[in-house]
Amino acid sequence: MARQSGTGTSATRRLGILVIFMLAMLALCGLWFSAEDVVQGSTVRMMYIHVPSIWTAYIAFGLTALCSAVYLSAKNRSLAWDRVAGASGEIGVLFVAVSLVTGSMWGRLTWGTYWVWDARLTSTAFLFITYVGYLAVRQLGGTHRQRARRSSVLALLAILEIPLVHFSVTLWRSLHQEASVANPNAKVELDGLMLFSLFLGLAAFTLLFVWLVLHRQRGMMLEDGFSDRGLDVAITARRNEARA
Amino acid sequence: MEHASFIFGSWGITAASVGVYAFWVIRRGRELAKHATREEMPWT
Amino acid sequence: MSSTAINKRHIAVAVARKDLTIEWNSRILVNQVAPFAAIVMVLFAFALDNDGILERVAPGLVWLATLFSMLVVIQRSFTVESADGALDALRVAGVDMGAVFMGKAIALMVQLFVLELMLVATAVVLYGVEMTLAGFCEAIVTLVVATVGLGSVGTLYGGLAAGARGRETLLPLLLLPAVAPVLIGATRATEAAFGSGGTTVSEGWPWIGLLLVFAVLFSAVGTVAFGPLVDE
Repeated sequence: MARQSGTGTSATRRLGILVIFMLAMLALCGLWFSAEDVVQGSTVRMMYIHVPSIWTAYIAFGLTALCSAVYLSAKNRSLAWDRVAGASGEIGVLFVAVSLVTGSMWGRLTWGTYWVWDARLTSTAFLFITYVGYLAVRQLGGTHRQRARRSSVLALLAILEIPLVHFSVTLWRSLHQEASVANPNAKVELDGLMLFSLFLGLAAFTLLFVWLVLHRQRGMMLEDGFSDRGLDVAITARRNEARA
Repeated sequence: MEHASFIFGSWGITAASVGVYAFWVIRRGRELAKHATREEMPWT
Repeated sequence: MSSTAINKRHIAVAVARKDLTIEWNSRILVNQVAPFAAIVMVLFAFALDNDGILERVAPGLVWLATLFSMLVVIQRSFTVESADGALDALRVAGVDMGAVFMGKAIALMVQLFVLELMLVATAVVLYGVEMTLAGFCEAIVTLVVATVGLGSVGTLYGGLAAGARGRETLLPLLLLPAVAPVLIGATRATEAAFGSGGTTVSEGWPWIGLLLVFAVLFSAVGTVAFGPLVDE
């Protein structure tokens, strides 16, 4: 009997191999074959993983919001939507954190400091904290349905808050005439292999995201099943105790 | 390549973070699957 | 007005009155929270140690002290509920949670408004702030609009973070990022009202607009989202 030993299937294995291949290609193109930027020199090579990271985070949080909305609006309210939302949120937090770190390192080279209070960076930091809160709420306990309902509402609140914060912060920074602050993304002229490498990075990271979400939400399904079973076992044990 | 430490550092941090997470997800899946029945794993 | 609308209004008023009566009887706001906020303002003076800077940043300090004190007030607002499981009882009885939200939010707004008035007065005294009449009017409007927003968001997340099992620590994590727009807008508007750093009174009104959008958004969203969030 071919027993599955984990959350993988032949499809995810094939996907995984494709992702590894594309990431290897990305490393070759980004770190070796592509040219240096006219203005930024070799530091532009950091863009090929920084931009895809934040892109993946946005996709992840978008998926979280979408699944949360579907969960709340659907008649049958399948918990699968909540699990995908949760897995996606977790992965989003990972990629925002990574992009904040790599962005900070990139900034150190281009601006000279590890941090500037520009609108985009500040809003990204807020994005990170907001979804850390989302993950914390998911850990509050209670039934799966309670968790699902709480986090779905929270995810939708986050979708409301994030643009509001971004808008406020942009207004705030515009007071200080930040237009001239160098934005790592702004001054790069991309052509040929550089542009291809960037798109390759986006594609590779997107597939990586899909692979991660598939595995993580299956793991969550097992976790949920286990805690349900644990509850059943505990109830049966109590009943037996009462009888004895 | 100038700033090589920063460039390889940022790629390394990205790879390491994602790699550790991916490793954890797969391992957790394997540990849980050991005790799960076939019905609980509809992807099989 | 339909009977359900009148009913909801009654519930909201009843809940607000209950919360404010509890506060009036215990005087936690006056006895504990206001002194805490005042101490915070004094500590700011110790930390910043410069009269010129203090006067310049007075608006920011007022609102920071407000936000920190608000955490305490919100915790209290929901501790009185969870002690007897009152919220659960209301919900099981089929009371409209949107109305309960409005009631609690209004009570919170009243308490916050009183607190903010005290803090503005403290800033005038401690930090040497001087206001024109136009500035004073603008300050009052800012207080009102910002407080509506803070009261709504505070009640919403307060409900979620309330209850047992060490959830209280969740409130700052959830609430403070969400009120960042209020901090930004209220501070800029208050700067204009105080005339700090040469800001004119008219520069504050766009920020009050931002506060208004925030207040409307979260009042509306709060009535809908409160029920699902506090469900136990």
